[in-house]
Amino acid sequence: MTAATESSSLGAPESVTRRADETTAGAGRGDWRALATQPLLVAVGVLAFVLWRANATLTETEARQLGWTALWTGIREHLLLTVASAVIVLLIAVPLGIALTRRPLRRFSPLISGIANTGQAAPAIGLFVLLATWLGFGFGTTVVALVVYAALPVLRNTMVGIQGVDPRLVEAGRGMGMSAAAVLFRVELPLAVPVVLAGVRTALVLLVGTATLATFIDGGGLGVLINTGITLSLDSLLVSGAVLVALLALAVDWLGRVVEHVARPKGL
Amino acid sequence: MSETTTPATATPPDRRVSGVSIRLDGVTKRYPGQDRPAVDDVSLEIPAGETVMFVGPSGCGKTTLLKMLNRLIEPTSGRIHLGDEDVTDQDPDRLRRRIGYVIQAGGLFPHMTVGTNVALVPRMLGWDKRRTATRVDELLDLVGLDPAVYRDRYPRELSGGQQQRVGVARALAADPPVLLMDEPFGAVDPVTRLRLQDELLRIQEELGKTIVFVTHDFDEAVKLGDRIVVFDVGARVVQYDTPEAILANPAEEYVADFVGAGATLKQLTLTRVGDVELRQVTTAVVGTDSAQAVAAVRSAGHDFVVVLDERGRPISWPTLAELTRTTTVPAAVDERLPVVDLRSTLNDALDTMLAASQGGVVVTGRREALAGVLMVESVMAAIQRSRAEVAG
Repeated sequence: MTAATESSSLGAPESVTRRADETTAGAGRGDWRALATQPLLVAVGVLAFVLWRANATLTETEARQLGWTALWTGIREHLLLTVASAVIVLLIAVPLGIALTRRPLRRFSPLISGIANTGQAAPAIGLFVLLATWLGFGFGTTVVALVVYAALPVLRNTMVGIQGVDPRLVEAGRGMGMSAAAVLFRVELPLAVPVVLAGVRTALVLLVGTATLATFIDGGGLGVLINTGITLSLDSLLVSGAVLVALLALAVDWLGRVVEHVARPKGL
Repeated sequence: MSETTTPATATPPDRRVSGVSIRLDGVTKRYPGQDRPAVDDVSLEIPAGETVMFVGPSGCGKTTLLKMLNRLIEPTSGRIHLGDEDVTDQDPDRLRRRIGYVIQAGGLFPHMTVGTNVALVPRMLGWDKRRTATRVDELLDLVGLDPAVYRDRYPRELSGGQQQRVGVARALAADPPVLLMDEPFGAVDPVTRLRLQDELLRIQEELGKTIVFVTHDFDEAVKLGDRIVVFDVGARVVQYDTPEAILANPAEEYVADFVGAGATLKQLTLTRVGDVELRQVTTAVVGTDSAQAVAAVRSAGHDFVVVLDERGRPISWPTLAELTRTTTVPAAVDERLPVVDLRSTLNDALDTMLAASQGGVVVTGRREALAGVLMVESVMAAIQRSRAEVAG
């Protein structure tokens, strides 16, 4: 083990669990206020952008790139990349995380977390390009790269969430005659929900950000705006792309928080 | 085993028995990579309807042995019988639904309400909704929690003692003949622990389950147990007898050490509050005329009055002077009022008095109704009597 992988394998879960703690602490009125503030900020941001776009004097190239249809296509592609990758991440990482906390597979958990850690520690752009040389350019490859990149927080939090359930509760469940499956579905998973969802939200935000790199392997999305802005030295395009991605990330993060708030089991 | 005598304890000999006996035959547990077995060839018979306490130092295998009774830990060899039935090879999940299991702090599931927690085993057994709901209320009532108030609360909203009560209710939900308790009162404060112990004695008096109870507290063992098993390393049974017999004749030096010095004073643990004379006191019901109460106290020659609520439960004990200052008997509940049960030991009573810095303690009986007041002098007299007996 080199020092670099060592620190990354420690660093990532820490940040993940810290986020989890943040969201599990207290569900009072302050929480709702925070939840209400975020969409307000996003709305203000969107409004500001729309006003600027409607009133700015733009060159022909800028106007074409920032046309309402072009923008809408970019946003749609970006969301599609994010959602498709997120769904695949959920389908793979949650069951895998659960399986790795079961007794027969528990010994593989360091190996799998190691692999997942490497996936996240690798520079995203390198991952995109490597996969593209292997699988070819396009939407599919982008989704594969995004899945590899974002699986870690969900996998990690699923495992941490389940491992964080008081072992005495598991014993109490078994001791009263619940089967192993019943304990998993009625005790361990419900109690792990807040931590798992925090991981999902982290992954979503990562996905929105990382999906901007899709443009380099012909995957579309808002990265196209940013990339064009850079190559043509058009700051208006660059900033528009960046602002839109940021607003999208904030909106997705907010949705995640709402889901966490609603899905958190009562009594915790 | 019926000819074995059960010497005088707080429980009457003609009590109801709903438990079954437990028989262990050469039960052994070996863990791979360890030279000595954790539990080494234990044979033991636990009579139906009795409370048997497992005591011993930590690591002696008492908890392992307990967990082999419901097969949370599978024995390496040996047989386990419940009643006439060999359960060693039965499906463990089905077996456990017939054995109540209580652990420290109750082990309640925090994301389920009290009612859902208690209803878990009946649901698994396929009881219908109405029967389950009735049973839940019945059990909450049994452990002294008002169902209407507590049924829909979450464990987090309960005190440690209340959670432990719910834990007992949950274990009793499907009316299992056997109850296993693994240091259940280890995590609560001393005063609450006394209450919970009294409560368990009361419940056991009503139900007559077979209870196996692991503890490291010898006083608790003496107080609650019909019999005590003292274990040494490898769950070797050093002595298996009634508390009285173990205190009087420790089988080995080891037991004498474990029982501890001052075994004379340990006799305090054998004497129940109900066995000594209680002082009768003047009472007044909440909301009645103070002047009348004051007159009654004066004519009885007392200097305080015990205030009872509508259900006859003591809630405070103001002095005559304090009572004179009021017009109606106050309804305020004195949180620090020292209370013990008739089933409490003199040891508990003395502890409670010291904790409250009071020279006496209010004693309650059935349904928490007032039974009298125990004064510190009576406890002292009992100590002197027992010392005189030992000396003579």
